[in-house]
Amino acid sequence: MSTLTTAAYLVSSVLFILSLRGLSHPSTARRGNFLGILGMTIAIVTTLSNPGVLSYKEIGIAFLIGGLIGTSIAVKIQMTALPQLVAAFHSLVGLAAVFVAASAYYNPSAFNIGAVGSIPIGSLIEMSIGTAIGAVTFTGSIIAFGKLQGFVSGNPLVFKGQHFINLLLGLGIIALIVKFCIDQNQELFWLIVFASFVIGVLLIVPIGGADMPVIVSMLNSYSGWAAAGIGFTLSNNLLIITGALVGSSGAILSYIMCKGMNRSFLNVLLGGFGGEQAASAGGVKDDRQAKQGNAADAAFMMKNSKTIIIVPGYGMAVAQAQHALREMGDLLKAAGADVRYAIHPVAGRMPGHMNVLLAEANVPYDEVLELDEINRDFSETDVAFVIGANDVTNPAAKTDKTSAIYGMPILDVENAGQVFFVKRGMASGYAGVQNELFFRDNTLMLFGDAKKVCEDIIKGLEN
Amino acid sequence: MSEISNQLESLSYKAQQIANEASQLASSVAETSGGHSDFIIFGITVLVLACFVGYYVVWSVTPALHSPLMGVTNAISSVIIVGALLAAGPVDSNISKYFGLVAVTLAAVNIFGGFVVTNRMLSMFKKKQ
Repeated sequence: MSTLTTAAYLVSSVLFILSLRGLSHPSTARRGNFLGILGMTIAIVTTLSNPGVLSYKEIGIAFLIGGLIGTSIAVKIQMTALPQLVAAFHSLVGLAAVFVAASAYYNPSAFNIGAVGSIPIGSLIEMSIGTAIGAVTFTGSIIAFGKLQGFVSGNPLVFKGQHFINLLLGLGIIALIVKFCIDQNQELFWLIVFASFVIGVLLIVPIGGADMPVIVSMLNSYSGWAAAGIGFTLSNNLLIITGALVGSSGAILSYIMCKGMNRSFLNVLLGGFGGEQAASAGGVKDDRQAKQGNAADAAFMMKNSKTIIIVPGYGMAVAQAQHALREMGDLLKAAGADVRYAIHPVAGRMPGHMNVLLAEANVPYDEVLELDEINRDFSETDVAFVIGANDVTNPAAKTDKTSAIYGMPILDVENAGQVFFVKRGMASGYAGVQNELFFRDNTLMLFGDAKKVCEDIIKGLEN
Repeated sequence: MSEISNQLESLSYKAQQIANEASQLASSVAETSGGHSDFIIFGITVLVLACFVGYYVVWSVTPALHSPLMGVTNAISSVIIVGALLAAGPVDSNISKYFGLVAVTLAAVNIFGGFVVTNRMLSMFKKKQ
């Protein structure tokens, strides 16, 4: 690699770092994204100027096809479908890593790593690890995509001996890698790919839909490590640096999500949490009656409130209620109320999901606050309006040591003067735990589709 | 006499072969140890340092922008296209080149998709008027 090429790759790496740095504040974020694009452009142009790269026509066509597909998907996708889009994109990175590794195996001279059958052992190790991670990322992301999109049931799929099988497969992959490094046999290479595909599926199927934020972040991390692995094969620092950035980003996001649920990463990975199974196991029959209100009551009470905090959850995304919700907020503001939004770290199906949806509905980002920033204010708030969230408001997390969600940080909506719960029915939340709050004196349930309820309240406010 | 000379000839041939093999081996060993395994240590150094950079940079990202963060990281992880371009680069067509072209397409979907969707998300974040 010439000095100039190395320098150009270094510039790319720095631009990527600055692009992530830009995301520290919404005002600098767009510039950050632009720096990322610039870094990628430099990386691609530099690689194209490599003397070994000659087939510009074919490359141009492949790049154009990919670019058109990517752009048209990204332009059309609905913001509520972001989590599955990101999962689908991760799978592509994983698959690309597998193809690059396969290509390096069949034509090592293009990568300066010896000749077919005499690839140095170091390169073989890197190649096979990169392949395995890429393949796991590919199938794992496809399953995550299926669960988020509803192609695959969001319920955890658990069967006996599952973890034992995964362990055996994992050891099997390691054994295959060792054998591959000695024999350099092509059947072994494809066996590694195949076994990694299988383990990718098996790792994700036992994990429930609402744990997907952790999984999507984890796969984000894997796609980074796969890129770093290929970086070692190519002796290319740009890929290693970028891979490490993406890898640590995904790992940190998974950590934040786990902390938001007070669960260990291992606990999420082992799966089986949530879904119907947990609901039937943990759902004790409750004879108490929750107080039920209607939209007109809610409109009247909120119109006479000074301070209102809105707590959105995944239910808002499902009902596409963000625009109606913002309109309701605007009317309340016009009536003189102070309206703010409180976001729990694990609300929605990916980190920051709610923030994007509210931004889409034109809610200014300075009215949208994180748990730590707003949690103390509930006690001085007239109305807490919970829409499509449940477990993240359950006070049992603080008091009931036997509860599945004990220890999870929650939004203290119970401290508000009046609590409204917009829900489709009395069903318990994802964790399968009954929410004490439904039976409190200061709680009023508003049953119905989130969007419909908001629209009804808007009508009530306009009258 | 002729037998001895024949034997000598074959011996010298064998000796030459061995010498050839030895020199090949030596050069490949030199390549492996001098060239590549040096990069492994160097690469691991870079990897570890980059993890630290990533750690501090990502913790400074505001939680409100965690979705765009995933969009950007998804796009830049497609830097793997560097490998794909090298694989697709050679003129003569073989399976290795086709794999490279497929990888170029996949990475391009991701690059464009990732950056465009992130830009869409970020353009929606507005301050209070």
